[in-house]
Amino acid sequence: MIVAERKPFKEIKALVTPYRKVLTVGCGTCVAVCLAGGEKEVNVLNAELKISRKLDGEPIELGAHTVERQCDMEFFEELNGIVDQYDALLSMACGAGIQFLAERFPEKPVFPAVDTSFIGVNRDVGWYEEKCRACGSCVLGLTAGICPVTMCAKSLFNGPCGGTNNKSCEINVNQPCAWYRIYERLARQGRLDNIMEIYPPNDWRNQAPRAVIQPGYEERIQAFKNE
Amino acid sequence: MKSESTLEKILAAGHFAFTGELGPPRGSNVGKVHEKAKHLAGCVDAVNITDNQTAVVRMSSWAASLIAIQESLEPNYQMTCRDRNRLAMQSDILGAYGLGIHNILCLSGDHQQFGDHPQAKGVFDVDSIQLLAMVKAMRDEGKFQSGIEIDEPPRLFIGAAANPFAEPFEWRVYRLAKKIKAGADFIQTQCIYNMTKMREWIKRANDMGLTEQVYILAGITPMKSIGMARYMQTQVPGMDVPEEIIKRLKGVDRKKVADEGIRIACEQIEEFKEMKGVAGVHLMAIEWEHKVPEIAERAGMLPRPKL
Repeated sequence: MIVAERKPFKEIKALVTPYRKVLTVGCGTCVAVCLAGGEKEVNVLNAELKISRKLDGEPIELGAHTVERQCDMEFFEELNGIVDQYDALLSMACGAGIQFLAERFPEKPVFPAVDTSFIGVNRDVGWYEEKCRACGSCVLGLTAGICPVTMCAKSLFNGPCGGTNNKSCEINVNQPCAWYRIYERLARQGRLDNIMEIYPPNDWRNQAPRAVIQPGYEERIQAFKNE
Repeated sequence: MKSESTLEKILAAGHFAFTGELGPPRGSNVGKVHEKAKHLAGCVDAVNITDNQTAVVRMSSWAASLIAIQESLEPNYQMTCRDRNRLAMQSDILGAYGLGIHNILCLSGDHQQFGDHPQAKGVFDVDSIQLLAMVKAMRDEGKFQSGIEIDEPPRLFIGAAANPFAEPFEWRVYRLAKKIKAGADFIQTQCIYNMTKMREWIKRANDMGLTEQVYILAGITPMKSIGMARYMQTQVPGMDVPEEIIKRLKGVDRKKVADEGIRIACEQIEEFKEMKGVAGVHLMAIEWEHKVPEIAERAGMLPRPKL
């Protein structure tokens, strides 16, 4: 899932300072799971903003609406007729959702209430870890299911480097060395030959904005673009 | 003076400056750099040494700059944001200045997908405007981007590029203002063919008082052939080649096309000499360095001032 963190309150407050009527739009998918921007977080943020603006003598009228997903146009339909009543929108979705909301309502200023952090996993409630950088050319089959691009601080393809320190990364003793773990797991599986050969420089496919059209959908997409 | 650059002295003295360009070779052939440099020596006030232009690997711009110095040319060391992060940039700047380079041109750089290593990871740790601010802080405050003090700051004359034609046109002059604010002492523009638009852009820069704060060198690339003109018109992003240019090239005998290209360039230079807000010309004679003496002569740019 996409993991995000709510922005510091001061920063959010500053973003909406010029506005008197703001609709806070939550997202019911990834950011709800990672406790950053779901319905509950929308209500908490609105309560904080309301009190703070009231204390400043600059009262603000706030609306709250959480859609299933902000990365899907169809879920914005329920906002039709609501958005018009507000001066600005505050999105609690990830960066993708915020941009889609802004694209759907181009006349309204849209502000981010979260910082999108990474593609990661739910280690435990409130505890998330980065796992994927979406590089576009996955090597997990070679590296025992541990991503060297994400989990190695230098994104090495032929590690571990000389800085590996008692199974830890040189940047932080609490960060396991990805390549130590890759080696260990491959050794256990008897697959060390996977990393015996030199892995050549990577084909970085995340260097320009990307789009994916799955096989079989080309004509449908073309028709959509022609409309 | 902000720097030890001769280009700065020439501009400050009010001379109409003339800079050239030299693309380093795709190999270690030092002789090629010497050869190209020999054509330019004495014809230009400074020569831009390109940095892996069009994202194709070439001899490093600082190294080719040092070779240019051996040929009595003053290099304008180009640095792009594509291939190095802020650590590499700052260390290269220290080394370049330490070895006698006095001008730098700060650029974003063409995207790596255009070049010979399209799979490469683009660095873009800082952008061109941030790079300008970094170089200025290194020079004027004696500080690295981190805020740490520099032992003997690099006193460079700082340049930036501007494209008067790219959309949105209205925004271009504000972006120029940002570059000046960030630290640009001089500007070299994209190759100009659309003079109408150039006049409008310069007028706006004059109206905003920008040309009082920065030296603008108008970019000129003479057309060698009709094919080149068409290519520039249709294939090069951000380039604006009006149909009249192509018509003019087509209107002459096939053997005279290159000569007509130079004639157009010379007419442009004549207009720039009189244009308020233009402080000089930057001649990008791409793989045509040997023609620079002739172009300089015909454009009335010789002899160059000795300062």
